[in-house]
Amino acid sequence: MTPRISRRTLLKGTLAAGAGLVVGFPLAGRSRALAQTPAVFAPNQWIRIDRDGVVTIVNSVPEMGQGSMTTTTMILADELDVPIDQVRIEQAPANPDLYKNPVTGSQSYGGSRGVRDHYPTWRKAAAAARTMLQQAAANRWGVPVESTETEPGAVVHKPSGRRLAYAQLVDEAQTLPVPQNPKLKTPDQFRYIGKMVKRRDTPDKITGRGIYGMDVVVPGMLVASIERCPVLRGKVKSFDATATKRIPGVRDVVQVTNGVAVVADSFWTALQGRRALKVQWDEGALAQVSSPAIAKEYERLSKQPGQAARNDGDAEKALGAGGKVIEAVYQVPFLEHACMEPMNATAHVTKDACTVWAPTQNPGGTLATAMRLTGLPKEKVTVHTTLLGGGFGRRGEQDFIVDAVEVAKAVGAPVKVMWTREDDITHGFYRPSTYNVFRAALGPDGKPTAWHNRIVGPGLLIQKGRSPDYQIDGAAVEGARNMPYDIPNLRVEFVNKDFGVPLGFWRSVGASQNGFIVESFIDEVAHAAGKDPFEFRRDLLGKSPRHKAVLELAATKANWGAPLPPGRGRGIAVVFSYNSYMATVAEVSVAPDGLVRVHRFVSAIDAGLAVNPDQVKAQVEGGSVYGLTATLYGQITVDRGRVQQSNFNDYPMLRINEMPVVEVHILDSGEALGGLGEPGVPTVAPAVCNAVFAATGKRIRTLPIDRNELRKA
Amino acid sequence: MAQEADVISLSVNGRTQQVDVPPDTPLLWVIREQLGLTGTKYGCGAALCGACTVHLDGAAVRSCAVPVSAAANRPITTIEGLSATGEHPVQKAWTEVDVPQCGFCQPGQIMSAVALLANTGSPTDAEIDAAMAGNICRCGTYQRIRAAIHLAAALQKGGRR
Repeated sequence: MTPRISRRTLLKGTLAAGAGLVVGFPLAGRSRALAQTPAVFAPNQWIRIDRDGVVTIVNSVPEMGQGSMTTTTMILADELDVPIDQVRIEQAPANPDLYKNPVTGSQSYGGSRGVRDHYPTWRKAAAAARTMLQQAAANRWGVPVESTETEPGAVVHKPSGRRLAYAQLVDEAQTLPVPQNPKLKTPDQFRYIGKMVKRRDTPDKITGRGIYGMDVVVPGMLVASIERCPVLRGKVKSFDATATKRIPGVRDVVQVTNGVAVVADSFWTALQGRRALKVQWDEGALAQVSSPAIAKEYERLSKQPGQAARNDGDAEKALGAGGKVIEAVYQVPFLEHACMEPMNATAHVTKDACTVWAPTQNPGGTLATAMRLTGLPKEKVTVHTTLLGGGFGRRGEQDFIVDAVEVAKAVGAPVKVMWTREDDITHGFYRPSTYNVFRAALGPDGKPTAWHNRIVGPGLLIQKGRSPDYQIDGAAVEGARNMPYDIPNLRVEFVNKDFGVPLGFWRSVGASQNGFIVESFIDEVAHAAGKDPFEFRRDLLGKSPRHKAVLELAATKANWGAPLPPGRGRGIAVVFSYNSYMATVAEVSVAPDGLVRVHRFVSAIDAGLAVNPDQVKAQVEGGSVYGLTATLYGQITVDRGRVQQSNFNDYPMLRINEMPVVEVHILDSGEALGGLGEPGVPTVAPAVCNAVFAATGKRIRTLPIDRNELRKA
Repeated sequence: MAQEADVISLSVNGRTQQVDVPPDTPLLWVIREQLGLTGTKYGCGAALCGACTVHLDGAAVRSCAVPVSAAANRPITTIEGLSATGEHPVQKAWTEVDVPQCGFCQPGQIMSAVALLANTGSPTDAEIDAAMAGNICRCGTYQRIRAAIHLAAALQKGGRR
């Protein structure tokens, strides 16, 4: 029987994890139920050890490819001191009381927070468990606990040569108090942290055994597909399902928030049913909105002042002081996440219980959504988080959860709601499109004296109700207002203009686009000053030593300045995001027909401590591909509220034949931990576009790269 | 409009099974829903991403674009049929290089790689690119896929000696 774990004690740690944050972590202890089953030592919500020596680690971070199943386990297993290859891993249920992120306070995972937000908490929790096992052994041997130590899976007493496996200490350890300030390992004692550990999920992922949301099968389950309004945010006015219901295998047709659901015995039948539906839509306000008009309005608004997100010195005055002034406009499009696994979720709703199976980044939000839609209390709602076929921010949203719970509630049977790829691309939550105006001034010494950046576009946090509209949207100016270059007069403004296109957190969010605009424009300024773009940046990074360190490392490893074959160019960029510092050198060539080929990325990353160095590299490799897809191809356009792209033919992804060599250098700075899922993305577009400039003399100011502009006449 | 259901005989992973589905149903959905083999994934439904790759008569095909009727009585292999234990040289190489991230595309990638290596014992990077360009990986594991295919080629040769 799986013991039920409930909160018992609250450890008030003083773990420094960001400005002014006191991290308390609930160490769930022995509940009444557990006290009656002392065969399991469960000192907290992440660790269980039974009498057979089976160690179970509960992973509270959804596995979306970033390797949480492995990294979480490494940290807990190391501090607990158990052999990692023998640990069972369990995905945490949705239970924010136990599994909320201690920094954000919610059981939702984005912002590259998995490791960095939990590292102190997990280490402390595992150290407490290890200390209790040591105490249990010390008690049995009648020796001071300080004279004991551990080796993987056992407590040892070296002076007497005695040894007890953790399994033999389960009953006694379970009766001991949970230490509030256990002694942590010192880094020289680490067995896994900082070493290369193989991913624990690989065996399931290469055999087809891994269960993603789409693979969930529940007895009696039906499959549904939802016909959605072609216009974003449109609603159903009325529908006629007569023809649909005639199709053998169609079980039901129900109207839900996001459209009309055809419920069937199989997905293919559900799709046939969708084709036979006749739906009248209330297209709503977005039916009046098209991409060219959005760009035109952004341009108009860019001529008006915005709210100041940063204001050092007096940029206007310095711009008018008679020095050389450089001006440019940069534009980035809406982007869709395109997770390989299209959106889906499965639910079963009865009068007194609701179960959801979902590939979600947001188990806590899923729980709340299910409670809201069913009216059930949280004890009656169970959320199983499956493997995620990609997340990238898309799977923190609730729309696909709403689909499953509403349809399941309507039909009374377990239902899996699956999206088509077309549904996925046309009904996403898009990375904001923006229009960005820059002006900079150079002094007589060739150093910039002023930097003025006005960003026009929709505030993502404002649209989502996470930031009031009279404030600066933090996501919109992320990477722009905290640009690292030491320029005395610096102003960054934001103009919030939202046409209502649904917005989402797209891998690296604001930094994905502001990294591009800032690092491209600083390159322009460097060239205008007649300086080498690497040296120009380095000379302005006096106050940003960690930026400077990764910039120098990337440049050195890429042999910056060494001659290249004819037709090739190098570009460089450095961006801070999610508490990590990343620099990239791109090496590209441009064919006469304008086709850009990226040959090599050389990147350097400082994420504080690389817990699993090979997976740090994997995340940077992955970020490189995600960023390069956006640079070369990514563009969502809207025509009368309809997304014009629909599948990989018109929303293409980078393929293996376009894959550059990616070389990753890790700088272990010993600083506070940084994120890794996202920081690999923002340097890519500017490094590539700066390299295109180096190769061709043509400056790319609009993404994706238009090869027609690079075609040789 | 869906066609009338028909009894079709499928030979999947060495086992012959009868399925009762409309003949225009894509093989993918029959494999996943009727046969319960969920290792083969749906990614696009239009033969654009390769997530649904299986072997039909030993060749890699996109099962989302093959009507089940066209696969009747022909040997089909899915990721589950490659090896009971994940010990196929390609799977071993994938483990050694730690290729997968989210892993959703990897069954399709592996099936494409196995088909490539069956025809080309030691593929060059260009041959790998040509054979694997139909398989999208959104996590960006391409560099590791290339390395793993080279390793698998070496493992296969070693195995034959």
